[in-house]
Amino acid sequence: MTSAPAIASPRRRTPRVPLSSTQRAAQRRRAAIGWLFIAPFGVVFLLFLVAPLAYALGLSLFTKGLATGTEFAWFANYIQAFTDPSFLRGVGFVVTFSLVLIPIQMALSLGVALVLDALTSRFARFSRLVIFLPYAIPAVIGAIMWGFLYSPTFGPLGQLFGLIGQQAPFLLDADHVFGGLINVVTWQWAGYYMIIIYAALQGIDPSIYEAARIDGASSWQVALRIKVPLVSNALLLILVFALIGTLQFFTEPAVLRPISNGGITPDFTPNLYAYTTAFSYAQFNYASAISFALGIVVFICVYIFLFATRKRGSFLS
Amino acid sequence: MTTLSTPAVTPMRRRRTNRNIVPHLFLGVLVVYFLIPLWWMIINSSKDAAGLFGGTGAMWFAKDINFLGNLQDLFTYNGGIYLHWLGNSALYAIVGGVGSTAIAVLAGYGFAKFRFRGRNLSFALLLGSVMVPLTALVIPTFILFANLHLTDTIWAVILPSLLNPFGVYLMRVYAGDAVPDELLDAARVDGAGEFRTFAQVALPLMRPAVVTVLLLSMVATWNNYFLPLAMLSDNGLFPVTVGLGLWQSLASANNGGGHSLWSLIVIGSLVSIIPLIIAFLSLQKYWQGGLSIGSLK
Repeated sequence: MTSAPAIASPRRRTPRVPLSSTQRAAQRRRAAIGWLFIAPFGVVFLLFLVAPLAYALGLSLFTKGLATGTEFAWFANYIQAFTDPSFLRGVGFVVTFSLVLIPIQMALSLGVALVLDALTSRFARFSRLVIFLPYAIPAVIGAIMWGFLYSPTFGPLGQLFGLIGQQAPFLLDADHVFGGLINVVTWQWAGYYMIIIYAALQGIDPSIYEAARIDGASSWQVALRIKVPLVSNALLLILVFALIGTLQFFTEPAVLRPISNGGITPDFTPNLYAYTTAFSYAQFNYASAISFALGIVVFICVYIFLFATRKRGSFLS
Repeated sequence: MTTLSTPAVTPMRRRRTNRNIVPHLFLGVLVVYFLIPLWWMIINSSKDAAGLFGGTGAMWFAKDINFLGNLQDLFTYNGGIYLHWLGNSALYAIVGGVGSTAIAVLAGYGFAKFRFRGRNLSFALLLGSVMVPLTALVIPTFILFANLHLTDTIWAVILPSLLNPFGVYLMRVYAGDAVPDELLDAARVDGAGEFRTFAQVALPLMRPAVVTVLLLSMVATWNNYFLPLAMLSDNGLFPVTVGLGLWQSLASANNGGGHSLWSLIVIGSLVSIIPLIIAFLSLQKYWQGGLSIGSLK
């Protein structure tokens, strides 16, 4: 396997030679068949991506008041969203959360992948499966389990702190919820990222390492100077996925909210806020605007990120 | 396990085993960390409500093991609604997963093996859509479906799950690599039609990627929470994730109607993760190879 750029695959160019009319007819027929293969996806794409987006965009441009009825309001909903303290606080939270979470997750999954790549023991293979296991567990279940572990009544923390005569911190109250959620999400996803990096590491031709060792490189040097740069495409892919996923943070806070004693508010993340706005307050126009505004935030963050990583030539080039 | 690494016992390898203690300790600590919630769940699924709350210790068995009692309670509570939820999850995961994989395979092959006007533009659109936050689509899709009276039906969960742009991307990358043009041309020269060429020549070569995409999209549908939560209000249609979330919020609000839901939630969570763990363990030789497709290109 080669290491071409992360997204676009190189385009094969066929030399242009004049074609006879039968060749041209065959080419047209092939092109039509190509479209046929893509058609089912095209239909799904139009119906479940383009149509909802277009519809929501339309909705988000209207307001619905009790007295005034539905009326066209241009960007009033967006102006409201980007000045709404609830939405802005939610965006602030997911951005800060990403900035803390993603480096921890990446360091952990890259570290484990490098260690696993260097070991061949039975225990290493066992650990690889165990660390990956949370990926097979739905985020809802993961959140419920950690909620139990954090719980002062069910969990081991209370007993642990009880031994030294201390009151255990409740990891979902307003002061600790940030760290509490970082732990849940790291546990849930680090193994998946680790497996992707590990698979990329296993794809490297080992003779490169031999060459480096003969030149006197240590294991650390081989790992940092050879392995990490060679899997930079995998790292970039994971970083973008982690960023997109974290900015849309919903499941864990939604599941843990009832037991958080107010540590998780209904406007905790933008998605949770959009959900509350739509389903508790039935403000679908404003909820559409929040969804769209979040989409805009995600796009901006991803592009800032892709731009920043492209400029630094040494890492993730 | 994979056969990627064959342990070679050479003098050098033996000398290095001493130095491997530190990495093994590192892995050992992580294994404990990653197993803690599972351990807690297995232990506590054997406890009744009294054992859960009072209990001797959160990380060890209570005096009486009530595992089978809890299981029976789980499958009979509220007319066996939990089994319904498991069945719904399986239905959504299988229909959504198989459907979206079939669509992705066809489209990936089309993108990889045919030249036509608009191909690069539509593929660029597709790559852009990978970055559209899918949860941002949930509320718009809900509103659209509500107008079509599709909410609160199984289609409200299955149809949006058919959209899998990343699957198309993986299939295109894999088909471009694993299916040689010469082989397709040979089949065409032999008189096979385009669809026969696809089904009998290309598809077998794409099998590892198909299994990976299938597994990934089934897991994504099985694990999905936001979409069914928004779309469904009839709890007979809930998948197990939304059902357990419902129990969790009922239990927190002390609303179990005199029935302690906590022990049901614990054992229900345990039972719900078993199918996926079995799927991953039995199919690991496929997905471990397949996961590298997207990252190496």
